[in-house]
Amino acid sequence: MLAEGLHKRFDGKAALDGFDLAVPAGTVCGLLGPNGAGKTTAVRILATLLRLDGGRAEVAGHDVVREAPAVRRQVALNGQQSTVDDVLTGRENLVMWGRLYHLSKRQASLRAEELLEQFGLADAADKRAKHYSGGMRRRLDLASSFITAPSVLFLDEPTTGLDPRNRGEVWREVKRVVAEGTTVLLTTQYLDEADQLADQIVVMDTGRVAAQGTPDHLKSKLGGDRIEVVVRNSDELPVVAGVLGEDAEVDHDAFRVSAAVVDRVAALTRVTSALAAKGVEAEDIALRRPTLDDVFLAITGHKAVAEVQS
Amino acid sequence: MNAVRYAAVDSWIVAKRDLIHWVREPVRVFANLAYPIVSVLIFGLVFGSAMNVFGGGDYIEFLLPGMFGQTIAFGVAATMMMVSMDADRGVTDRFRASPMSQTGVVAGRSFADLVNSSLELLVLALCGLAMGWSFHHGLLKALVAFALLLWLRFALVWIGIYLGLLVKPEAASASWMFLFPLTMFANTFVSPELMPGWLRVVAEWNPLSSTVAAARELFGNPGVGGDSWAAQNSLLLAVLWPAVFVAIFWPLSVVKYRNLSR
Repeated sequence: MLAEGLHKRFDGKAALDGFDLAVPAGTVCGLLGPNGAGKTTAVRILATLLRLDGGRAEVAGHDVVREAPAVRRQVALNGQQSTVDDVLTGRENLVMWGRLYHLSKRQASLRAEELLEQFGLADAADKRAKHYSGGMRRRLDLASSFITAPSVLFLDEPTTGLDPRNRGEVWREVKRVVAEGTTVLLTTQYLDEADQLADQIVVMDTGRVAAQGTPDHLKSKLGGDRIEVVVRNSDELPVVAGVLGEDAEVDHDAFRVSAAVVDRVAALTRVTSALAAKGVEAEDIALRRPTLDDVFLAITGHKAVAEVQS
Repeated sequence: MNAVRYAAVDSWIVAKRDLIHWVREPVRVFANLAYPIVSVLIFGLVFGSAMNVFGGGDYIEFLLPGMFGQTIAFGVAATMMMVSMDADRGVTDRFRASPMSQTGVVAGRSFADLVNSSLELLVLALCGLAMGWSFHHGLLKALVAFALLLWLRFALVWIGIYLGLLVKPEAASASWMFLFPLTMFANTFVSPELMPGWLRVVAEWNPLSSTVAAARELFGNPGVGGDSWAAQNSLLLAVLWPAVFVAIFWPLSVVKYRNLSR
């Protein structure tokens, strides 16, 4: 998958402004950014759903503009919303998509059977999808993207709104199809999701690539988890700073001391008992993971500005 | 050749989805049918005795073709709703990113909608027959009348697709507020001759009036005729109006659908 200098404007506002991307076959690329950064626009262009205003893009060896039908035969799109039909059963949903991907009746029902098995839906195959749990619906939606074992899969925020257990299920399925050779372009607002799945992370900001690299590379740029201690009394701030170590940062206005930690739970235990030993009564102690805002602050030097996207 | 075959297969699969919905969730079908049936009862039995048919005749006989027409006209809201919901839920995007025939998507929509409307007409006709409505010029002419009604429905499919791609489902569900008066400023419930001057012109030239008047003529029901050119050429207009709609909204829908990628 290759994109060079993509430009796209909506009502005079640039949604993509010289976006470049190169994803080697069989790898997962995580597209990270806040709402309005242009993630969805980029995916829609690569999936042939949007025309581009400038630049060029190739997916699975075909130009997305001139050879759109050839691209469509090799890609699958899984959007933010579920396209599962509630009234149809899981099996019927898959057979319908199989037929729409021009499999014969026999092929479509064989393929549906395989996918139900693979995605752990065999037991619920003949139940209507409206009785499925959120995770099951998501898996059924994913399964319907795999009808033709696409060479490229676009996943647009696949786990937004799912609970942790269901997210884990979706991640497992994505890893499985990648192991079978599918190239995946994943957009997400969650750092840990990109961390779990992506070989390469591209951070987007205002329609452009702000940074890219492996998850480890980006994390080292960011620094890891931090522990934060809030006290009632400003006199206690130096004591707390002493407990947290040399690189502790003290925020006098917020009565807060924070420091980087490596081992989350061990650090929490150590700090709690050390504070108790010194007789400091903390108002709050918390562990904080770097958020996407932190990534942004670190990489672009400014806060993410949400921009209206159509 | 393959393109034609896939267009047919794909449209059948898209239509089948709707048909399964109706079979499994008949509540919605009944809800759609309840309104015209209740209307026939209210207008036929409650207001009926106070209603005059211009030129004389039984009000139930006059009313039924009008109800057929209103039911057909309301179909545009049903099409709009389905189209805007598919677009809103990302189903339309999935269709567009798949190798399926793009003609199939809309052909399937019109097929399912025509089946649905035929069913509504059938139930309404049975209800009318039970209440004293009848057709008097033979089965063939009656079938031509139903064909003209479905021809209007086909034209409304294209208006519905265009508007459905234009608006959100919430707006689509509010469309009956406009549809309702549009179906009343016509010859559906009252003869235009009994309306004030300007409204009379509107009602006479309302495309729905042409189809309803043509149906009355073919069924042999009262209230046919009038001084206006539109009323005297209702058969011709019942063919022409829908043709004009198709000619305008078919290309508009195609352009709108293509421009989803803009």
